[in-house]
Amino acid sequence: MRQKTVAVVGASETTGLGTIATMSQIQLHADAALNAMADCGLTAKDIDGVACATETPVQIAHYLGIKPSWVDGTAVGGCSFMIHVRHAAAAIEAGLCKTVLITHGESGKSRIAQIPRTIPAGSLNGQFEQPFGPMGPPSLFPIPVLRFMKKYGVTHEQMAMVSVVQREWAGKNPRATFKDPITTDDVLNSRMIAYPFRILQCCLVSDGGGALILTSSDRAKDFPTKPVYILGTGESVESPMVSQMADFTSSQAFSIAGPTAFREAGIAHKDVDHLMIYDAFAHLPLYGLEDLGFVGRGEAASFIAGRNTAPGSKLPLNTNGGGLSYAHSGMYGMFALQESVRQMRGIAPAQIPGAKISVCHGVGGMFSASGTIIFSNEPN
Amino acid sequence: MSDDQRPRPQPTPETQYFWDGTKAGELRLQKCGDCEKVYFPPRPFCPACSSRNVATMAASGKASLYSYVIHHRKVPGFTPPYAIAVVELAEGPRMMTNIVDCPQTPQALVLDMALEVTYHKMDDEISLPLFRPAKG
Repeated sequence: MRQKTVAVVGASETTGLGTIATMSQIQLHADAALNAMADCGLTAKDIDGVACATETPVQIAHYLGIKPSWVDGTAVGGCSFMIHVRHAAAAIEAGLCKTVLITHGESGKSRIAQIPRTIPAGSLNGQFEQPFGPMGPPSLFPIPVLRFMKKYGVTHEQMAMVSVVQREWAGKNPRATFKDPITTDDVLNSRMIAYPFRILQCCLVSDGGGALILTSSDRAKDFPTKPVYILGTGESVESPMVSQMADFTSSQAFSIAGPTAFREAGIAHKDVDHLMIYDAFAHLPLYGLEDLGFVGRGEAASFIAGRNTAPGSKLPLNTNGGGLSYAHSGMYGMFALQESVRQMRGIAPAQIPGAKISVCHGVGGMFSASGTIIFSNEPN
Repeated sequence: MSDDQRPRPQPTPETQYFWDGTKAGELRLQKCGDCEKVYFPPRPFCPACSSRNVATMAASGKASLYSYVIHHRKVPGFTPPYAIAVVELAEGPRMMTNIVDCPQTPQALVLDMALEVTYHKMDDEISLPLFRPAKG
């Protein structure tokens, strides 16, 4: 894909965030979509492409009254939205459609008309993981952590600093669910969920969503908001089973998606002003920093503990507070994308002054999938 | 653990040999006849080279503790805290399992410790491969 041929022209989260007892899951999609349309002055009749994950594009197109000529229902977990952006940009460039709406809505907390996630007993997960007692992501996603800690000599205190630093960012964001400062002692004394991880190292559970509207860059200047250009993209998948990931200290999917996006963007790591790494659990920023090449192998824990991603640092990471402190509906990737777009527009609560390039890296499932989007706010 | 409430695996035509094996007290893997890759979970073809020329083989049952969590929330069939572990078999593949005959603590569960397979009978058809500290 060529650089900056496609731009985000509309972006918004749901009106509410956290506990939204007045909306079903599909209405969360619609609320975010209508906000994004209002953001760029469009209505459903202007949209000809639809992508979404928790609901199908059929449901969303019908509910919103869109007659699409292109749809994408890629649903590979929380990074589906990064992959939607990648596919949408390629589709717009190829002329398959002109204006794409990507929606996310998830009643993760209130569970109003949420589509249940079931694991068939005859699937590989059903036969070779479920009988051994996992119950959802908190019991599965941290399984590789002890191997990572042993290989690189990471301490529990270093790992706890991921949560501490992200809470500092959340403290700057009025919309964040948790804003009060925490210490490593607070993290290491919080309720044990799945050793080595405690509750403050696990993501929130929220209701909410978001939507993006993309179109070709030559049209982008006609919209009221500052265009945010797609500079580079990448995607990959590995395994549905965390027990079968090839390397417990590195994600194969990260290692394909991230470098693909960097190659496409033609940028170096020193060019990155702002970084989002999907943090469903506290180890993910470590894997992301290393697999995307921001630090060397085994260096991420001391890098974060040394405040190199904290407010005031050269590599601001998860500036909305992340899935650990901002919000997490189940599939968090849309919220990471929204923060990257806000930073590129210059309107984020914890705005990085002069930020020109933002990298937004997502995970899906338990290291099962990945998508990376690199944004720029400077036209060609 | 009151294991009757564990989620029961449903064998498929491709995995039946594995569950026949554990029922008979044998841990069975598959090996590619072309590239010699030993792999898990079951598939009637080689995930390394796409060959259909594969055969089942009996594993030694020897393994080491690769990684784990100690789960502290209630799950039907389990008494928390209990470890959900991944072991690395002597033949190379890794599999999820539980570690038995061992305290479910970080002090007792040491990465790379030697383990051996044991079987837990759920019913007449399904026996689960679990692992315990190796003897001797």
